Amino acid sequence: MINIFIADDEEPARERLKELLGDIAAEVPTTVVGEARNGLEAIERYPQSGAQVLLLDIQMPGIGGLEVARHLSSLEPPPTVVFVTAHDRHAVEAFELNALDYLLKPVRAERLAAALRKASSPGREQLARASSAPREYLSVAERNRIALVPVREILFLRAEQKYVTVRTRTREHLVEDALIALEREFADSFVRIHRNCLVARAAIRGFERTGGGGEDEPHWQVVLDGLEERLPVSRRQWPIVKELVSEK
Amino acid sequence: MASIRQSPYPDLLPDFRNLGVIARVLVAVNVLAALGVLFAAPTPAGALEHFVQAAAYLEPLLLLQLVALAALSAFISKLRYWSGCAVIVALAMALTAGYHELVAQVSTEPAPMPVRSIILAGLIAAGLLGYLRLLAKAYSPALVEARLQALQARIRPHFLFNSLNAVLALIRRDPRRAERALEDLADLFRTMMSEPRQFVRLADEIALLERYAGLEQLRLGERLRITWELDSAPSDALLPPLVLQPLLENAVFHGVEPGTATGEVLVRIERRGDRVLARIENPYVEEQQRRAGNRMALDNIRERLALFFDAEARIRTSASDARYRVEIEMPYRPANP
Repeated sequence: MINIFIADDEEPARERLKELLGDIAAEVPTTVVGEARNGLEAIERYPQSGAQVLLLDIQMPGIGGLEVARHLSSLEPPPTVVFVTAHDRHAVEAFELNALDYLLKPVRAERLAAALRKASSPGREQLARASSAPREYLSVAERNRIALVPVREILFLRAEQKYVTVRTRTREHLVEDALIALEREFADSFVRIHRNCLVARAAIRGFERTGGGGEDEPHWQVVLDGLEERLPVSRRQWPIVKELVSEK
Repeated sequence: MASIRQSPYPDLLPDFRNLGVIARVLVAVNVLAALGVLFAAPTPAGALEHFVQAAAYLEPLLLLQLVALAALSAFISKLRYWSGCAVIVALAMALTAGYHELVAQVSTEPAPMPVRSIILAGLIAAGLLGYLRLLAKAYSPALVEARLQALQARIRPHFLFNSLNAVLALIRRDPRRAERALEDLADLFRTMMSEPRQFVRLADEIALLERYAGLEQLRLGERLRITWELDSAPSDALLPPLVLQPLLENAVFHGVEPGTATGEVLVRIERRGDRVLARIENPYVEEQQRRAGNRMALDNIRERLALFFDAEARIRTSASDARYRVEIEMPYRPANP
């Protein structure tokens, strides 16, 4: 018996998948243990559902299926994801690139059965690479759930020993992503100000010059929107930062 | 008698009630007159004087011609292309002759030679018809192009496959509703694949809107709420086919589908005097840049409106108060009963 979770924003599409699962029950016995109407719900509900397989629609409001897969891939064990999509060239390209299994809507019963039978878990890396587009959220794996931090609320990202600290106006989180990967992914919205720190371009209020007393060399600091803390800009990054910000 | 050349785009006589056509005729005739005077005059200063004289003679005649053409346009538009052209040229010559007679009686100044003017009027009329025909021809590939775009872009694969999927889900639970949905889908496709027609009645376009809306409702359920304000919509108004449906499709695609909350869409069509106004509103989701393709549909519609109504139709878009609006304004042309 396979436990299945269905995520699709269209009610008829979820119904159809349930019908098909019923049709192939003799061949592949399954139980539907959870459903979600959008990406956020899927991330919220999937971890506690006890499902092993996630039937995941690509085009959903809020967080799309590809990003949902990336976030859930940090679960232990990671879900077996079968993507379901109405024709979408880019999505299909992404799958073929990463050798992920996908079903085209309308789904045929035999295709669904075949996908479930060989539902070997695709590697975590494959899921994580399902989409190269910048994510809308960063995910923080906590015991049995996944917490999401909206990227547009992030003020800065700072590498500490093993983790990266994610600072929003109200909270601090730790994520496992590497700073260099984050820098590449969010190159459009974040700028590196220091060897260990990226700040959100939109949050930059201005710069202050400081130090100069004693041994302390004078240097620039970033002032961020709604944050007391000042972040130092390294001498190496200063020309780049100055340039980018004056473009704004 | 059936036409021997089966052209999908038969030549059309210009519509002399159309502002664009009137403006083009006025400008062209005056430019011709100015050029003629410039050639004939010995000095540039003399040219101006000559032009004023010529204009005093020419403008009343020109206006008379245009008024006559506008008045007779209903009759002329019923003729076949070449007979229509012959009638227009003959009319231009006859009016010039009559005008000459009149001027000769009331004016003491020697009028220009009548025969020359009459022939000139005929030539200019023919020349202008040729020009307007070329103009229409230049637009006509745009019609083909627009039609092709309508075929390819309008049938969003996303919409087709999701709709079919939704119908499949209905077949066991509610076979009757599934039947209706397939009929709606068939109607929608029939219109999209039909031969380009001249105009459709607004009532037909509204029926198409409702069929489309029914299919989207099936798929999106409570997430889509459409308010229809059609009480004062003139159902006999003529408009190019598939002008409103793509706008509603855009509204759903860009304004409703990307959201998790209920998306309110407004469709309002009304007649105000001799204008038809259509407005479609949807929630404006700023973050959805990923959904491209809105521009293309708008450009396509704008081009077709220009083709059908020349300068008399407008399409405007605006975004405020978290709402996105598209407004179309076009002349009210009732269908012949």
